[in-house]
Amino acid sequence: MSHLVELENIYKIYKMGDNEVRALDGITLTIDQGEFVAIVGASGSGKSTCMNIIGCLDVPTSGIYRLNGREINNYSNDELAEVRNKMLGFIFQQYNLIPKLSVLENVELPLLYAGCSDREQRERALTSLERVGLADKASNYPAQLSGGQQQRVSIARALAGDPSVILADEPTGALDSRTGRDVMLFLQQLNREGNTIILITHDNSIAAQALRIVRITDGRIVYDGPVSGDRIVARQMAAGSEEED
Amino acid sequence: MGLTKSFKMAVSSIISNKVRSLLTMLGIIIGIAAVIILVSLMNGLTGEVTDMFSSFGTTSLTANIMTRAVTTKVEPDEMYDFIDKNPELYKGMTPRIVVSGELKLPTSGDDTITSTCNGVSEDFYNIQKLDVAFGRFIGYADCDKSLNTAVIGSYQAVYFFGSCEDAIGQTMRINGSPFTVIGVLEEDADSEQSSTDDVVYIPYSTAMQMNGTTVVGSYTVDAIDEEHIDAAKARLEAFMLEKIGDSDYFSVTSMKSMIDTMTDMLGKMEMFLVAIAAISLLVGGIGIMNIMLVSVSERTREIGIRKSLGAKHKHIMSQFVMESGVVSCIGGVIGIIIGSSFAMLAGKLLDMSVAPSVGAIMLAFSVSVGIGIVFGFLPARKAAKLNPIDALRSD
Repeated sequence: MSHLVELENIYKIYKMGDNEVRALDGITLTIDQGEFVAIVGASGSGKSTCMNIIGCLDVPTSGIYRLNGREINNYSNDELAEVRNKMLGFIFQQYNLIPKLSVLENVELPLLYAGCSDREQRERALTSLERVGLADKASNYPAQLSGGQQQRVSIARALAGDPSVILADEPTGALDSRTGRDVMLFLQQLNREGNTIILITHDNSIAAQALRIVRITDGRIVYDGPVSGDRIVARQMAAGSEEED
Repeated sequence: MGLTKSFKMAVSSIISNKVRSLLTMLGIIIGIAAVIILVSLMNGLTGEVTDMFSSFGTTSLTANIMTRAVTTKVEPDEMYDFIDKNPELYKGMTPRIVVSGELKLPTSGDDTITSTCNGVSEDFYNIQKLDVAFGRFIGYADCDKSLNTAVIGSYQAVYFFGSCEDAIGQTMRINGSPFTVIGVLEEDADSEQSSTDDVVYIPYSTAMQMNGTTVVGSYTVDAIDEEHIDAAKARLEAFMLEKIGDSDYFSVTSMKSMIDTMTDMLGKMEMFLVAIAAISLLVGGIGIMNIMLVSVSERTREIGIRKSLGAKHKHIMSQFVMESGVVSCIGGVIGIIIGSSFAMLAGKLLDMSVAPSVGAIMLAFSVSVGIGIVFGFLPARKAAKLNPIDALRSD
């Protein structure tokens, strides 16, 4: 049976003068439909590179990457763009909304590039905004919304194209803890609805809210398994509960 | 991605940067306006010149003889014979004798005006397509008998007799000799001095007597139509050569070839001027390219976002090319409006019929769109080639 996301011996090597920097040093990882995976690691661990490769924003130096059974290593830039458009939805730390476009127009963008008709773009974008509870802000501009609302708009944008995988890169990083928690709850709900979610974070307490943790250190996977089995998370959770007591 | 959508996107981007967009357009505006003004004025001028020459008759040929070579001459009667023998090529002819005349009334004492008196035959009326308002033009009898009759312009008529009508039958003196006014020409230019209304025609034979000469230095011959003008010219040349014996002592020119030469010259001048104006279009195009490059750098992050959402090379290309195309196009339209208004204003001031041709406007418009697309291409390609990760990371 083929997996949704399949990384096989992925290397990403940057050459800096005579030095080689191995951002990813042989990553093998599979993620199946419906999973909620947190890729955790300190900054510089290679988790962002990993997410760029899964997100088809970057190509590995070597190794095989299959998305939905299709090997996409040799895809051209335009083919990669199409994969991003059809199969992936991005949620960024900085929301990455285009400020001069209205909320609706921002959510319409992936549909525009997918070649949907104007009407279909509008309808699907509005449906998507309804899902995040912001349909009434459709004609507002991003700057008129709070950080949490902007992040929900970016979630709506990621959902609009009905992607196979939602990639969330530090989605709570720019939010205060309360709105951050709301966003996490929303992601968990999306996962329960059947969406596959890959969360990239350096924050263990955020990672703990996923169902599976992939811990990356120095470009290698050091742990891959259920949240409960991750020692660092477990220790922190224990410490957290002690504090609460 | 629909064209309307990218057009809307381009317009909103231009509107969000009004001042910059306007400054970017300025080069195109000035360039297009300059081209329109120059083309319109040159067209007006060409029309004016052509009209002026055409009024002398597009079928007329002028034969000039070097009268200082005393042995060579062509008598009016010989020329008449020649014309009569070739009715398939010629409609008529007139000798041209110019007399500088001092005009006065018998009663007016020292009140004189100086006018050029043209000695012509009765055929001149048709060759020159003149209109006589009152009386008649010079006739065969006037020339045959060398009568002291004169046809005058409305300037002389108004000056001496108060009105054109009252001049008929009156006597005026030209260089002392009494002349009867037999006709007044149609007013053409407000009866002003030195205008086309300041003119006197007398029989050529009378003019020859006044000049004390028996030699005619210039003939105007009227060819049957424009198609036969070359044959008419050739036969006239052959006749003149036979009479005079040396082609260095005479020349035959056709009005049509003069008009053609003039139009050709003006056309070349127009091309030259437009080429100079086009330099500013080039500069305008480079200005657009410059601003678009800045715009691409400023919007790197936006491009990254769009790429992460699945924008392909062609999407980003069309977005930026559309934007520069629209900027240039708006600049072109403004330039056309400004250029046309200036051209029409100048036409009014110069009293010329100046109208920018539809062709020039269409050309100017397409050139401005073309400039936008050509000079937008490079910046757009730069944008489309951006690496999505680097673009996303930039501020």
